[in-house]
Amino acid sequence: MSDLTTDPYRTSLRTAADWGLVAIALPTLAALALPVGVRNGAVLGWFGGTMAPLFLIGVVLAVVAGASAPKRVWGAWAELAGVALAWLLPLHLLNEGLDLSAGWGLWLFLAAATLLLWRVMGVLAGVPGWTRSVIVPGLFGLGLLVGWEVLVRGFQVPAILLPPPSRIAAALAANAPVLWDDFRQTVLTSVLRGYVMGCGAGFLVAILADRVPFLARGLLPLGNLASAIPVVGIAPIMVMWFGFDWQSKAAVIVVMTFFPMLINTLAGLGNSERIQLDLMRSYAAGYGSTLVKLRLPNALPFLFNGLKINSTLALIGAIVAEFFGTPVVGMGFRISTEVARMNLDIVWATIAVAALTGSGLYGALALLERVTTAWHPSMRGR
Amino acid sequence: MTFPNPLDVREATASRQGSDRAAPSAKSPVVVEARKLSLVYPTADKPVTALSEVDLTIARGDFVSLIGPSGCGKTTLLRVIADLERPTSGQIAIEGMTPEQARLKRLYGYVFQAPALYPWRTVERNVMLPLEIMGIARAERQARAREQLERVGLSGFERKFPWQLSGGMQQRVSIARALALQPDLLLMDEPFGALDEITRDHLNLHLTQLWRATGKTCVFVTHSIAEAVFLSTRIVVMSPRPGRILDVIDCNSLPRERTLDIRESPEFAAIAHRVREGLKEGHSYDD
Ligand SMILES: Nc1ncnc2c1ncn2[C@@H]1O[C@H](COP(=O)(O)OP(=O)(O)OP(=O)(O)O)[C@@H](O)[C@H]1O
Ligand SMILES: [Mg+2]
Repeated sequence: MSDLTTDPYRTSLRTAADWGLVAIALPTLAALALPVGVRNGAVLGWFGGTMAPLFLIGVVLAVVAGASAPKRVWGAWAELAGVALAWLLPLHLLNEGLDLSAGWGLWLFLAAATLLLWRVMGVLAGVPGWTRSVIVPGLFGLGLLVGWEVLVRGFQVPAILLPPPSRIAAALAANAPVLWDDFRQTVLTSVLRGYVMGCGAGFLVAILADRVPFLARGLLPLGNLASAIPVVGIAPIMVMWFGFDWQSKAAVIVVMTFFPMLINTLAGLGNSERIQLDLMRSYAAGYGSTLVKLRLPNALPFLFNGLKINSTLALIGAIVAEFFGTPVVGMGFRISTEVARMNLDIVWATIAVAALTGSGLYGALALLERVTTAWHPSMRGR
Repeated sequence: MTFPNPLDVREATASRQGSDRAAPSAKSPVVVEARKLSLVYPTADKPVTALSEVDLTIARGDFVSLIGPSGCGKTTLLRVIADLERPTSGQIAIEGMTPEQARLKRLYGYVFQAPALYPWRTVERNVMLPLEIMGIARAERQARAREQLERVGLSGFERKFPWQLSGGMQQRVSIARALALQPDLLLMDEPFGALDEITRDHLNLHLTQLWRATGKTCVFVTHSIAEAVFLSTRIVVMSPRPGRILDVIDCNSLPRERTLDIRESPEFAAIAHRVREGLKEGHSYDD
């Protein structure tokens, strides 16, 4: 994208022709010769009475605008508009009642549009700030959703195997009250309590083990043992011990999160350099002030590592544990009962809630980490 | 880079606090006393004798430089004085106490070979760290930190983080941090090693002014003969394998008040020559 500045007269072959665009244009031209779909048994081409030509013209205009934009980034935004338009075409054709499964011209065209998106993302990923950290991942996720929607509907995948995202969203909206109750039971009650107890206990025992070396030596091998225990093994036992309600789920989560937190905290506490410790010693600092003023700050990246791993473990633990007994509410309960009733839309909606919750927790922790460890070499300048 | 006029600093220091000045009458004249001090590091292959039968007496108000080739045990000797390392044999006393007692009484300030700043603290809070540990009130902590940062020419950098500073600036912060403790004994391990010549001259001038104004006892490790002669009242020449003292050179032929031009004097040249001869002797032992 610095071609313009280094070569103002566009003399080199590289700038005279945009070979990337040529490589994208060739399959597009080939696609024009192939059909876009089938209506009532009749094969339709690009100019078979749909609005496909308008989309085509729009995309070409966007690409031309992109290629002649004075700044490469502006060009990328124009090309992005073209990509969006290209991916709207199959939705239009579906609305027209076409069967797209044999529309190879359309699919080739969409493949070319995806290549164009690749180029756009390459440019946008180089723009610092919000564009790189929020817009690029957001576009990536959106692209996956749109691709999923178009492919599932275009090839008429049965909804029982994989519903399109729009259908999952509709199920989410339709079942919102039930899903909210499940969320409250599983996340706000079981996961949060279990997570706080498990991580807190792991942290406190790590501090104790740091003072009492034999504890560390005895506990670390146990940690490997515990991480090898499958959730499905401990969950029924915990339900027997602690009953159907949140206590048993919290217990499963404590078992799952305790050792990762312990191990990460111990590793973090051992992370201070000798010279930093010598400095504290030269001030005649006691154990407590060395811990608070030196070793814990140094351990922060490790602590966050443990907390982030545990946020996903806790969610998985709670959902799986609910398979083995729960009051008639909860995300795991919902999945297990609705699968049995072949009510898959609500299952997918629950999965979506779980996925959003997991990434929300993880994201919040990552944000907190960025704020509290901005000094760490891995975070500087980001 | 600007430095405050050293003379202003000296006056400020002299008038600031009576307690900062040494009171020789009340304390013993000997600050560090080492007798037949030896230290052997037990390493995996074969033990390393870092110090062998070192005898050294440092009087109150002395400025002693340790000079010698890399690996001759300068840092080790300083660490033994600071109770960061236990000698294998021999005796050492700091102000008549064991090094541990001296450390617990926070009698010394130590400037390490590397800055050893904490990256999560701003420059100012790094300088305030020892004062926090000593439990000094917040206002006084801040005042002392500001004062010492000004002394090393870093006013205006209080809110920066160490990794936003150059290596030489970081080392100056670590000097300010040691000075903020206001110790009677200042142990410095190549504090100016990372600095350019001009900054080094400035800080050397500063250090000698500070030393004269406060009557602190200084033990200073360096690789530079000129720096050692300029600053010291006595120069200890060391030699490696095993680490030992080859020569102790008195610099009493130089005036106690040092200015940069004494470096041109014949006395200066004579002492520098003797130091160089001593260092050569240590090296020839190797061949
Ligand atoms: N922690 C340690 N374990 C084992 N050997 C060590 C240790 N620290 C220092 N040594 C050895 O002791 C000897 C003296 O080391 P020391 O650090 O005192 O040297 P130095 O004079 O300060 O050198 P330099 O000028 O390079 O800083 C060296 O041979 C070194 O290898
Ligand atoms: Mg050294």
